[in-house]
Amino acid sequence: MTADLAVVGAGPAGLTAAATAARLGLDVTLLDAAQRPGGQLYRHPAGGPVPRPVRRLVRRLDRVTHLPHHHVWTVVRDGDTWLLHAVAGPDEAPAAVRARAVLLATGAYERQLPFPGWTLPGVVGAGGAQAMLKGGLALPGTGAPPAGTGPGAGGRIVVAGSGPLLLAVATTLAAAGARVPVLVEASGPAAYARHAAALARNPAKLFQGALYGGALLHRTTRLLTRHAVTAAHGTTRLEAVTVTRLDPDWRPVPGTGRRVPCDALAVGHGLVPQLELATGLGCATRRTPDGTPAVEVDAEQRTSVPGLWAAGETCGVGGAELASAEGEIAALSVAGRRPPAAAARRRARLRAFADALAAAHRPGPGWTDWLDGATEVCRCEEVTAARIRAAVTDLGARDARSVKLLTRAGMGWCQGRTCGPAVARLAGRDPAPDRRPLSCPVPLSQLAQPPGAEK
Amino acid sequence: MSSRTPRARRTPRAPRTPAPVPFTFTFDGRPVTALPGQSVAAALWSAGILAWRTTRHGGAPRGAFCGIGTCYDCLATVNGRPNRRACLLPARPGDAVTTQEGTGHDR
Repeated sequence: MTADLAVVGAGPAGLTAAATAARLGLDVTLLDAAQRPGGQLYRHPAGGPVPRPVRRLVRRLDRVTHLPHHHVWTVVRDGDTWLLHAVAGPDEAPAAVRARAVLLATGAYERQLPFPGWTLPGVVGAGGAQAMLKGGLALPGTGAPPAGTGPGAGGRIVVAGSGPLLLAVATTLAAAGARVPVLVEASGPAAYARHAAALARNPAKLFQGALYGGALLHRTTRLLTRHAVTAAHGTTRLEAVTVTRLDPDWRPVPGTGRRVPCDALAVGHGLVPQLELATGLGCATRRTPDGTPAVEVDAEQRTSVPGLWAAGETCGVGGAELASAEGEIAALSVAGRRPPAAAARRRARLRAFADALAAAHRPGPGWTDWLDGATEVCRCEEVTAARIRAAVTDLGARDARSVKLLTRAGMGWCQGRTCGPAVARLAGRDPAPDRRPLSCPVPLSQLAQPPGAEK
Repeated sequence: MSSRTPRARRTPRAPRTPAPVPFTFTFDGRPVTALPGQSVAAALWSAGILAWRTTRHGGAPRGAFCGIGTCYDCLATVNGRPNRRACLLPARPGDAVTTQEGTGHDR
């Protein structure tokens, strides 16, 4: 059976696109790696209620073939159709879907910048901490289930890094019973002032920010801008962090470091688009204002590859509202309808806002001064900053790929997703678009004979 | 009509979703309580456990980091099978989760 449209990813973009396309009469299959629809933002535990913003969309999935827990690992052209291969369920069974059109709504993951001690248990991604809390009802480092009055309620979690996600994470953690003594943001207010026009055109977004800020004030969280966590301390688990003032290039100011005791650190430096399916298919990319590659799309969300659309964070990180707008435009386009002018204007306004935020939170080049030689930059292969720097200065590596071949940095399980942006910067470059033939580990038996390939 | 309203209000309302029933699995032989739908990593965090893997070269302790299945730091051995991503894998009653040392195939 061939679907009219296969949507990869059930976040705000994918859900909106699937629901819209089904309403227009298309036969839609929606594949998602997670068990529950909603993506990372609207993650929720099994058996719990669907978050309100996506409840309406999830109800409309009854007209869509929804395949949860299907991780698409490759998409291939097969005559006039696309063949999507996935690993399905906890036991990684093979699955395949055939479709006339494909929409990639694969979302984003968190950008991490390494610092001494960041591999200690208790140091977690900011988005990851929020995801575990929303989906798993667990707080890092403290052992407190938020619904109850567990032993860890009141555990201290420092939130640090850069980007608007941090405020949301701090608020969620605080609401669940953690103490957030300090929120550490590397950018300064000046970065926002430079993009005041685009930011001011979006009052709803500003209000959202004010709301998060207000809730935090009540919970005695200190906000430190133009600061960073430059070291984590502990032997078998995190015990404290060093918070240091930064100059405008994110270089630590000597003598300003101070130790903050804590049980966990939630850290992240914004989000980067999940691109490997798109780049594997040859989609053109663009560079967003924070130096990150994203899929290039036209006014109707078409990629440079015919029959292939993209929407949401895949096209540049911009939040749920923009993702939803893009999902709707994409679905209309797949169905052969021209998107209304109002939708195009809304998309342009939200994209300008997203680009302004990205520019304001672009990592400054001085962050590499946080590293000491022993800092493991590649967590999978345990490759230190000293080895990467030696590959660059002594062996002449000029990009992340050469560093990988010389040191194995980025060659491990995560395929460089975690260390990629950092390694590229150490090699003196902005990160290149991801090239990974398989988007997740696949059992060899499935590679040898993927289902549907015989046709 | 209006006299019936208070009576209707007193009728206890059925809970929308039944309270989830906790179950147990083991981590290195110790019992750990989990809620239905909770990932192995979330259940371990709730039990105050932060590390369930040691690295291949340095033998350093690791646990969940990205929380969304991207970083592979949270690999654990579950029911004898190594390299399971604990942050994605739902905990199941009776699971035997053990610390994964190195590749998980070393011993």
